Amino acid sequence: MSLLSVKNLSVTFGTGDNPFRAVDRVSYDVDAGEVLGIVGESGSGKSVSSLALMGLIDFPGKVFADQLDFEGQKLLEMKDKARRKITGDDIAMIFQDPMTALNPCFTVGNQIMEAIAVHQGGSKKERKAKAIELLRQVGIPAPEERINVYPHQLSGGMSQRVMIAMAVACDPKLLIADEPTTALDVTIQAQIIDLLLELQREKNMGLILITHDLALVSEAADRVVVMYAGQVVETGPAEELFRNPQHPYTEALLKSLPESAAGKARLDALPGVVPGANDRPQGCLLNPRCPYVEDKCRQSEPELIATTGRHAVRCFKPLTQEDAA
Amino acid sequence: MTASEKNIVLQGSELKQHYEVSQGPFKPKGVVKALDGVDFKVEAGKTLAVVGESGCGKSTLARQLTMIETPTAGRIEFNGKNLLTLTGEDKKEARERIQIIFQNPYGSLNPRKKIGQILEEPLVINSEMNPASRKERALYLLEKVGLKHEHYDRYPHMFSGGQRQRIAIARGLMMNPKVVVADEPVSALDVSVQAQVLNLMMDIQKEFGLAYIFISHDLSVVEHIADEVMVMYLGRVVEQGPTHEIFSQPKHPYTRALLSSTPRINPEQRIEKIRLPGELPSPMNPPLGCAFHGRCQYANDRCKHATPELVEDDKGTLIRCFGYDEGRLDYLNE
Repeated sequence: MSLLSVKNLSVTFGTGDNPFRAVDRVSYDVDAGEVLGIVGESGSGKSVSSLALMGLIDFPGKVFADQLDFEGQKLLEMKDKARRKITGDDIAMIFQDPMTALNPCFTVGNQIMEAIAVHQGGSKKERKAKAIELLRQVGIPAPEERINVYPHQLSGGMSQRVMIAMAVACDPKLLIADEPTTALDVTIQAQIIDLLLELQREKNMGLILITHDLALVSEAADRVVVMYAGQVVETGPAEELFRNPQHPYTEALLKSLPESAAGKARLDALPGVVPGANDRPQGCLLNPRCPYVEDKCRQSEPELIATTGRHAVRCFKPLTQEDAA
Repeated sequence: MTASEKNIVLQGSELKQHYEVSQGPFKPKGVVKALDGVDFKVEAGKTLAVVGESGCGKSTLARQLTMIETPTAGRIEFNGKNLLTLTGEDKKEARERIQIIFQNPYGSLNPRKKIGQILEEPLVINSEMNPASRKERALYLLEKVGLKHEHYDRYPHMFSGGQRQRIAIARGLMMNPKVVVADEPVSALDVSVQAQVLNLMMDIQKEFGLAYIFISHDLSVVEHIADEVMVMYLGRVVEQGPTHEIFSQPKHPYTRALLSSTPRINPEQRIEKIRLPGELPSPMNPPLGCAFHGRCQYANDRCKHATPELVEDDKGTLIRCFGYDEGRLDYLNE
């Protein structure tokens, strides 16, 4: 049994006959000790799908799913109170901008101790000792002193470490990191990703790494989900997916990276932009931008179909290795 | 004067920017050395990339070049004239020829003005053109950056991030500049749109013979677009040279660490990971000696006490490192 199992998760916003599907029938599994990377551009629904997991979608957003199971427990059918026991304790989340995710009015020690108090309890002394130990685990120097500082006294990298300490305070089984390093410099990004992977291995957690940075995912993730306009377009083992992308969108994304254009004057840019709320095309959502488009793509929508092993792709004509060559 | 020297449009020497910072009522004022002696040259049609982490002074440099800020010391020469001593008409003329594109196109376009007004404003201020020819120029440049004539009457909120950055580029080109300072122009954009905008910037550079000062923290973008790279650390250049030299064999330990921290898709391009401990030190009280010594695995006693100078090697790269001078960087000997 996988740690987390998501089947046909949809999130819609807006009322009336035609609500906007920000996330459209997304399915994936995460096993314990596995790093799942979710990549996509802005507006692809990668953040909204993880907020839905955490139960953080507010009215007028609506969440539907055939299955949303965490260790076999059905999250959607649970009472709010029971669900809250799981989120924050067994499932924790790290957000993009550490400077705004921390409360500026309280010391970092206070905020970490609050998370421990809610889920584990214990005397103040015990909680403080635990908080110091956590800060040490995430590599903050002199944690006994740092526990008393306010967020504005910390740099971006240090604040993100505090966020991670808070997230792992209750030994979660699943950690969701939503663009954890986007606001940071590359050398600090490398430190934070190393830290996350180290904690993940040590505690045998499942880790969902959400990012727009393909190269980062290719280095860190075991499996990858590529999202486009709310749908999963391709999923598979990281190495295989980046070596032989089967969906035209994945291929185009990889080609548009400056790294792949070594020696070329121009980058292979995919024309157009991700469709927004009101301009989603009929048929395959990529069809106006796809270089391999056929009549069929404009009329009907492809399904996500398994090709080889754990690789699945949403395309009528998945690319084969020869196409890519 | 050689041919390449003749083409130099913008040249900075010994540029410094020091800020005084109050540390409390009875304490002496502290000095933040945001830029501390930077030299560079850019030729027409070429791109100089400035890379480094936040706080290294790259945006301060951009502000000096566009005359938003006056350097504490140093010289900026534009077409052979010192920008800092120019007055009146000459200064205005120089301002027209050096333009800037900002990082965040959501913040740099006035939401209350139509695209046409945004584009024409520099002309209204700086030229005697009549409304009809102003509009003509705006439409011409809209087309150049891949937008349509009907976009002239729309407001910024009706555009996507990539389109807004195109508008910002068009605005930068309105005054026929010679130099464009691009401060992180693509870092707020998605991957596929980033590629479109980079292509556009390269096309425009070719067509108008522009010199770019391209400020970025994304090394893979820099590798693609730049002719020359300048790596900065805490207000100083640590390594400077032709792009292919720097990327094929980074010499300064900091450059090497930056490159190895940049994630790569292609496993063959990944180089051995060097993790820098710690963070950029505070510019208020920079460490004695080499500013990088606290994070450098090759640092010795000399690095802690003396400050290295920029030294030129046989291939035209400048490096500021004692370890390099003394030949004790083992990765270079492999």
